[in-house]
Amino acid sequence: MLKTYNYPKFEYRRPPEIASGKTLKVPLVVVGAGPVGLAAALDLQQQGLPVLLLDEDDTVSIGSRGVCYAKRALEILDRYGVGDAVCAKGVSWNVGRTFFREEEVYNFNLVPEPDHHRPGMVNLQQYYLEEYLAASAAARPEIELRWRNKVVSVAQNGRTVTLKVETEDGFYTVETDWLIAADGARSPIRRMLGLEVEGKIFMDRFLIADVVMKAEFPSERWFWFDPPFHPGQSVLLHRQTDSVYRIDFQLGWDADPEQAKKPENVLPRIKAMLGDEREFELEWVSVYTFQCRRMGRFNHGNVIFIGDAAHQVSPFGARGANSGLQDADNLGWKLKLVISGLAPAALLDSYSEERIYAADENLLNSTRSTDFITPKSKVSRTFRNAVLGLAKDHAFGRALVNSGRLSVPAFLTTSSLNTPDCAGDAFSCRMVPGAPMDDAPVVENGVDGWLHNKVGQRFTALYFADDPQQLDAATIEALSSLSCGGIAVQPLVISRREGSVGGNIQHLVDARGVAARRYDAQPGTVYLLRPDQHVAARWRGLDVAKIKSAVAKATCNA
Amino acid sequence: MALNLNPNFSEAGKRYFNAYTPADDFYELLINTHRDLSDEQSELLNARLILLLANHVGDIGTLREALKIAREGV
Ligand SMILES: Cc1cc2nc3c(=O)[nH]c(=O)nc-3n(C[C@H](O)[C@H](O)[C@H](O)COP(=O)(O)OP(=O)(O)OC[C@H]3O[C@@H](n4cnc5c(N)ncnc54)[C@H](O)[C@@H]3O)c2cc1C
Repeated sequence: MLKTYNYPKFEYRRPPEIASGKTLKVPLVVVGAGPVGLAAALDLQQQGLPVLLLDEDDTVSIGSRGVCYAKRALEILDRYGVGDAVCAKGVSWNVGRTFFREEEVYNFNLVPEPDHHRPGMVNLQQYYLEEYLAASAAARPEIELRWRNKVVSVAQNGRTVTLKVETEDGFYTVETDWLIAADGARSPIRRMLGLEVEGKIFMDRFLIADVVMKAEFPSERWFWFDPPFHPGQSVLLHRQTDSVYRIDFQLGWDADPEQAKKPENVLPRIKAMLGDEREFELEWVSVYTFQCRRMGRFNHGNVIFIGDAAHQVSPFGARGANSGLQDADNLGWKLKLVISGLAPAALLDSYSEERIYAADENLLNSTRSTDFITPKSKVSRTFRNAVLGLAKDHAFGRALVNSGRLSVPAFLTTSSLNTPDCAGDAFSCRMVPGAPMDDAPVVENGVDGWLHNKVGQRFTALYFADDPQQLDAATIEALSSLSCGGIAVQPLVISRREGSVGGNIQHLVDARGVAARRYDAQPGTVYLLRPDQHVAARWRGLDVAKIKSAVAKATCNA
Repeated sequence: MALNLNPNFSEAGKRYFNAYTPADDFYELLINTHRDLSDEQSELLNARLILLLANHVGDIGTLREALKIAREGV
C-alpha cells in the first residue's frame, strides 16, 4: 500500500440475475472501468443513454501509470464533471530542464497560453483521475457500475452481443445491442473475438519509481541523456501530487527486471541521481516494456474498441489516457445518433477512421521520441549526441531535441465528416474543418466563462457578430430555425459588443475579441461545431441550407 | 550569407499544426536513410550528404562558419 494514497474499495453487490437466473437485457454495455471506460460511460450518459459498466476489479489503477493530462483531455474532463477536481489536485509545471552527461544543455519555460481555461497539462497520478471519474459516474443513476464483475466470454450473433459474467456468487448472462470494449491493453474481449492488434514491442525496459521527497524539490521536469549516475541510458524526473516524484530509468533490453526492481538496486540509483543528502522514501517500483500497436479497425459490428484496448503507445508524450479520453469523446455522440435512428451505422466507421488517424499520429510521435531517447544504431546515437551538443548554443539544435512531444489533439483534416471551405471563403487561422476547437474567454449574462464550456454534446452553429442589437429579423429567424428538425443545431451568437439578441438565442460576449481572432471571424462568420468540439464546417455568411447539408455530411446522412 | 542557426525546416505544400513537426520529420528521414547500413556505410553516406549539402549552400563563407562550429564541439 502507498503512504500517500489510500485505494478506495468500491462495493460489490450481488447481481440480481444470479438468483433469478434471468438474462439481463440492456441496450449498451461498457467493459472496463479504467479512465477510458469511465469516460465513455459518462459521455454516453450525457447523451441520454443508460449504461451498464462492468469491471473485474474493485479499485482504481494500482501503482504508477499515467501522470500527465494535457489541455484537450482536461477540457473533455470538464464535460464529465471532473475537470475542476483534476486541476485542483494536479500540479502544474512550466520549467523543463534537459541534461546531457554532466551538464544542463538548456531549459524551457512552457508559459501557459493566455486566454485558455485549462493549462497545457497537469500532472496527477492516474489513481486520482480514476477515483474522480468513478465518483462522477456513481452520482448518475443512469450508469450502473458493477465492480468485481468479470466478463469471461463474449459472442456476437447478428445484432446482439451475449456476455457471460463471472462474480464471486456465480455467473450470469447479459444480452446487449452494443458493447464498448475498454478492457485495456491486454483486452480479453479482443482476444475472445479472435481480433488482431498489430505493431511492435520496444526492445527496451524501463524502471518506474515513485518517491516521496522529504524536502522541497522544484516542480520541474528533468530529463537526462546519458547521465553520469546512469551511463548510456536516459532518466526522467517528473513531479506529481503529494510531493511524489516519478522517475523513469531506461534499463536496456538485457536488464533483468526482477533484479532491477529490488530496493537494494533501486535505492542507490536514486541516491546517485539526487545526491546523497536528499531524503526520500520509495513509494512504488515496477518495470515496464512498451508496445506501440493498434487494431486494424476499432469497430467490429456492434462491438467497439476504445482506449488501450484499441491502441497502445510508448509513454513518451503522455498519449495513452489522453487519447483514450478523446476516443470516448468521439464515440459518444455518434453512437447516440445511430441508436436513435438519426444516423446510419456507417457513422461508427468514422469513429474508427478518425481515431485511427489520431492513433497513428500518436504512434508516430511517440515512436520518434523513443527513437531519439533510445537510439537503435551507432550512427543514430552519434546524431543524437551531436544534436544535444549543438542544443546548448543553437536554437535549431534545441528544436531537434526530442524527449517527448506532449499530447495534443489530432487535427482531423482528412475526415470524411468535414465540409471543405467554399472557394470564396478565405480563412487564415488554424480552425480548419476537422480542427479541435480553440478555447477563448467569453461572458454570458454578465458572468465570465469559457467558450469550450458553452458548446459540446450537440451540434452548435457559432455565429459571429459585432453588435448583437443590429442582427436583423431574418438572421434571428434563420438561426432559430436551426434548432428544429431531426438533428438539432444549437444556435449561439458571439458578439464583440454587449447587448441582447432577440428570439431566445444563446448569446456570448467576446469582449476582447480573442475568439474572433482565434477563429479569424468577421461579422457574419459561422462555424459549425460537432458535439465533440471539432470544427465540421465554416462560412463567411449564414446560409441555413449549407449548415443543414454540413450536418448531414457530419452524420453520414448526405 | 550568415549561417542560419534558428529552426528552419519546412516542406512545400505541408501545413503544420505543431511547431515540433518539421524538425521531427527531418530527423526521422535522416535516421531512416541510415536504416540497415553498416557503420562504415553510414559514414560514407554522411560524407556524401555533407558534400551534396555543401555544394547546395555554395557560399564558402557560410560553410567556413558551419565547419568552425562543427569542429569546436568535437
Ligand atoms: C508507465 C506508464 C506511464 C504512463 N503515462 C501516461 C501519461 O502520462 N499520460 C497518459 O495519458 N497516459 C499514460 N499512460 C497510459 C495510461 O496508463 C493508459 O493509456 C490508460 O490506463 C488506458 O486506459 P484504459 O481505460 O483504456 O485501460 P486500463 O486503464 O488498462 O483499464 C482497463 C480496465 O478493464 C478492466 N478489465 C479488463 N478485463 C476485464 C474483464 N474481462 N472484465 C471486466 N473488466 C475487465 C480492468 O480491471 C481495468 O480496470 C502510461 C502508462 C504506463 C504503463
